[in-house]
Amino acid sequence: MIPGEFTYHRPSSVAEAVAILVSHGDEARPLSGGHSLIPMMKLRMAAPEHLVDLAGIADLKGISESGDNIVIGAMTTQNELINSALLTEKLPIIRETSLLIADPQIRYVGTLGGNVANGDPGNDMPALMQCLNASYVLAGPDGEREVAAREFYEAAYFTALAPEELLTAVKIPVPPAGHGFAYEKLKRKVGDYATAAAAVVLTMNGSSVDFCSIALTNVSDTPLYAGDASAILTGSTLDSDTIKRAVAAAEAITDPASDARGPAEYRTKMAGIMLQRALTRAAERANR
Amino acid sequence: MNDMTPTREQREAALEGMGCKRKRVEDVRFTQGKGQYVDDLKLPGMVFGDFVRSPYAHAKVTKIDATEALKIPGVIAVLTAEDLKGVNLAWMPTLAGDVQMVLADGKVLYQNQEVAFVVAEDRYIADDAIQLVEVEYEELPVLVDPFQSMAPDAPVLRPDLEGKTEGAHGPRKHHNHIFNWGVGDKDETAKAFSEADVTIKELISYHRTHPSPLETCQCVASMDKVKGELTVYGTFQAPHVIRTVASLLSTIPEHKIHVIAPDIGGGFGNKVGAYPGYICAIVASIVTGIPVKWVEDRMENLSTTSFARDYHMTTEIAAKNDGTVTGLKVHVLADHGGFDACADPSKWPAGFFNIVTGSYDFPTAHLEVDGVYTNKAPGGVAYRCSFRVTEAAYCIERAMDILAQKLDMDPADLRLKNFVKPEQFPYQSALGWEYDSGDYHTAMHKAMDTIGYRELRAEQKAKQEAFKRGETREIMGIGVSFFTEIVGAGPSKNCDILGVAMFDSAEIRVHPTGSVISRMGTKSQGQGHETTWAQIIATEIGIPAADIMVEEGNTDTAPYGLGTYGSRSTPVAGAAIALAARKIRNKAQMIAAHMLEVSEYDLEWDIDGFQVKGNPQARKSMKEIAWAAYHAPPPNMEPGLEAVSYYDPPNMTYPFGAYFCVMDIDVDTGVAKTRRFYALDDCGTRINPMIIEGQVHGGLTEAFAIAMGQEITYDEMGNVMGASFMDFFIPTAVETPHWETDHTVTPSPHHPIGAKGVGESPNVGGVPAFSNAVNDAFQFMGSTHIQMPHDAWRIWQAAKDLGAHG
Repeated sequence: MIPGEFTYHRPSSVAEAVAILVSHGDEARPLSGGHSLIPMMKLRMAAPEHLVDLAGIADLKGISESGDNIVIGAMTTQNELINSALLTEKLPIIRETSLLIADPQIRYVGTLGGNVANGDPGNDMPALMQCLNASYVLAGPDGEREVAAREFYEAAYFTALAPEELLTAVKIPVPPAGHGFAYEKLKRKVGDYATAAAAVVLTMNGSSVDFCSIALTNVSDTPLYAGDASAILTGSTLDSDTIKRAVAAAEAITDPASDARGPAEYRTKMAGIMLQRALTRAAERANR
Repeated sequence: MNDMTPTREQREAALEGMGCKRKRVEDVRFTQGKGQYVDDLKLPGMVFGDFVRSPYAHAKVTKIDATEALKIPGVIAVLTAEDLKGVNLAWMPTLAGDVQMVLADGKVLYQNQEVAFVVAEDRYIADDAIQLVEVEYEELPVLVDPFQSMAPDAPVLRPDLEGKTEGAHGPRKHHNHIFNWGVGDKDETAKAFSEADVTIKELISYHRTHPSPLETCQCVASMDKVKGELTVYGTFQAPHVIRTVASLLSTIPEHKIHVIAPDIGGGFGNKVGAYPGYICAIVASIVTGIPVKWVEDRMENLSTTSFARDYHMTTEIAAKNDGTVTGLKVHVLADHGGFDACADPSKWPAGFFNIVTGSYDFPTAHLEVDGVYTNKAPGGVAYRCSFRVTEAAYCIERAMDILAQKLDMDPADLRLKNFVKPEQFPYQSALGWEYDSGDYHTAMHKAMDTIGYRELRAEQKAKQEAFKRGETREIMGIGVSFFTEIVGAGPSKNCDILGVAMFDSAEIRVHPTGSVISRMGTKSQGQGHETTWAQIIATEIGIPAADIMVEEGNTDTAPYGLGTYGSRSTPVAGAAIALAARKIRNKAQMIAAHMLEVSEYDLEWDIDGFQVKGNPQARKSMKEIAWAAYHAPPPNMEPGLEAVSYYDPPNMTYPFGAYFCVMDIDVDTGVAKTRRFYALDDCGTRINPMIIEGQVHGGLTEAFAIAMGQEITYDEMGNVMGASFMDFFIPTAVETPHWETDHTVTPSPHHPIGAKGVGESPNVGGVPAFSNAVNDAFQFMGSTHIQMPHDAWRIWQAAKDLGAHG
């Protein structure tokens, strides 16, 4: 449980960090909260020769509103997400989800950028970002580009992020005021990854659903945006038959691993149950 | 008497003796981070050892090449079995009469087995070097399922035992068979079954888990080549036994070996045995003459040093229609892994599993245990229980519920009907034990009344009806558990470790000013001995507990004892302490008589001194007597005031308790929520009620973990799964239920202060309470037995198999 040797870098700007990544290519890894990378290094499953600590880059911090978007710096910690008045008002599902990540000690250090960039299907934020249709700002040697969260994830730990690129911010379109939301997570204990989890954001017009977006955590090797399920529910009155069809559509796109959290069949079914419960809660919270 | 003279109550309170909720004195340093643990030790020139481990569960080791590793600056040595053969230590004896490889000798038998020992200047270099030791393996067929161990074509795991038809505990009937142990009357039991109105039969499995103390196993070995003396600091629950074993193995005379167990961060049975890490560190220090530290990491701890349980118990009960039990038959298949390294008293290959008749008056019973080898880590330690007593309690408590279901009787009523009655004590059990004392009916009635048992049953019935009507997806279970433990190993007539009788000891020395140093053969790992031992002495000799220092763990200063495990400290060492204290009091009485110029027979003991009968003004306090013992002892009496006692208990003690668990289960997710957990314990005389409560809380939390998900599993390739805290379930404060504790007091008749053990009762009684609650919840759907552990997916699976998901 001791990592191999590495050189530690602590750049103070994004440009400096990118330059280090460019000069070392595959041998370098950016370090944000470190909760995934450091254990992997201790197990020697990851052995980067250069560790680029992003903690000294002030530009990667902070939460702000910019037009119709909320922009969150990659190094913003989960604890900062929880305590942001702006997020609590405009995007309360981020606070709800953050509170279900690990435990307070980890949330003081763990960051949004690290959580979404690492490509670990167990992380909660990637599915939430897909649900919210967020996009990621990636800075590389040739400048910045944006990639939608729904396009970012390729396989477990494989993403659209190039080795010389840095994820610097997350841009989230603000959902309409009065939207309903819920993140339902089944886990074995505090600190565990989800057995299955579902994120739901919806708006109601009277008794029918105006808009609905659903994504699932840890039931495939990537987070899953459940587009079909979302479409089935849009325009419905959330009657039990429609919910049943939507749940079936969501379950159909899952492909979980069998592990100590349970066999694949269980985890698929739990994704369905979490979705049902998230829908119920989201609908209760939505203005009509 | 003036107003300043303390009252008798004040004098008594000042002692903080037995029965006092005295705060734990050791916590002053623990809560400030000032404990001194093995890994805090830094000796001059100390180096570090770490293991190259096998990635395979079963393989031949064809080549070990350390050339590249040795090139790293700071790497001192890489030891292999070949090197250990030079000092005759490639293999070591186990406590169970088997032998175990210290380092892989030609093959490996489980994943993560120790293959080579790298010694380097620091831990970082050692870990780098491990990556560079090249080991060539030739994979062999893997045996994971103990039910396949004795198949005719099962792979041979132990070629070293080839041709050995006789093991340490009798004949071996297969190359993977370790022992067969039988007890009880087979014919009488068969007769009881043939005449029974009702019988039940169920395979009840208790899965493999691990004690997982906060601090892992570790040691520092330091050989002084000039003096020829070896000092070993280690996480040892039984330091004296470790010294004796070290002397026998190393041939260093026992007086030249100093074993020191400093503060220990939890043991739970994990730190009783001897592990390859200790042997390798000792050998490395003997060879190099420099101190060598070895510290396990968490994954090494969970995957190599001592699993617990893995008992598969086919259980049958014979009964009359009215519920009276008439016979018990149990066959156990015991998975011991690659070596039989069970930490039981030497004559007991299945520990005290023959306590399996539990709290019930079985007229006859028969038990057989077969131990087998598999490609899993060795161990079989008593994880917070007396030897195999948790397995036995789970077996009988689950089986009684199954019988109640078959008879359509309430499980609490079935237990009340069959309890050993108060007038039957001392009670001879059908499997050979003599229960010392008990009042099971009183305890059970108190528990049922407190928890409102009948009302809970009515509520459960209503919820079941609501579930059937489709109004709820939640069901309710009520777990009943009434356990009898057997602790305090043990009487020399039936308990020894490698030939050393399992007595224990205490030495008490009163200083001239009336303060005390006392030393015991036990070793606290968190039990609070520094607090409670002083309380016993305080009550016995009338010196305040605050003036009594308790020391354990240094074999140079402490009297020989067998250590702390199996809830034996209070039953054995606790008795030695009381008896040593009484020797001091007897001498004090003679000194007081001399001081008061009366006959010692004219004196009576009163809280903290002796007074003349009928004239309480004429008294001498223990402090005054202590001064006199050194200043002016009576003529012809040796000066000084100290005593030693070695105590060989006449019998074990038999704590018992009634536990109830009320659980609500979400049928759709399998998530179980414990609504209430009530634990009534009877451990005889209570030395420190606050420490007892703390012990019960800790043991119940472990029981909760074990029953609801904590396990060590292997895949079909023998890969150990979940050997980290990601998957190995250690509950946090969030998951842990609220505990309600209660007690009755039935003193042990043979123990000097009437005390029994308690630290392990909650683990023993807790597991069946949780498992019975889960099982009870599903009974109305027709389920008879759902195997542990009851994590959410398995509960969901059970619900699905019963058709509860529609």
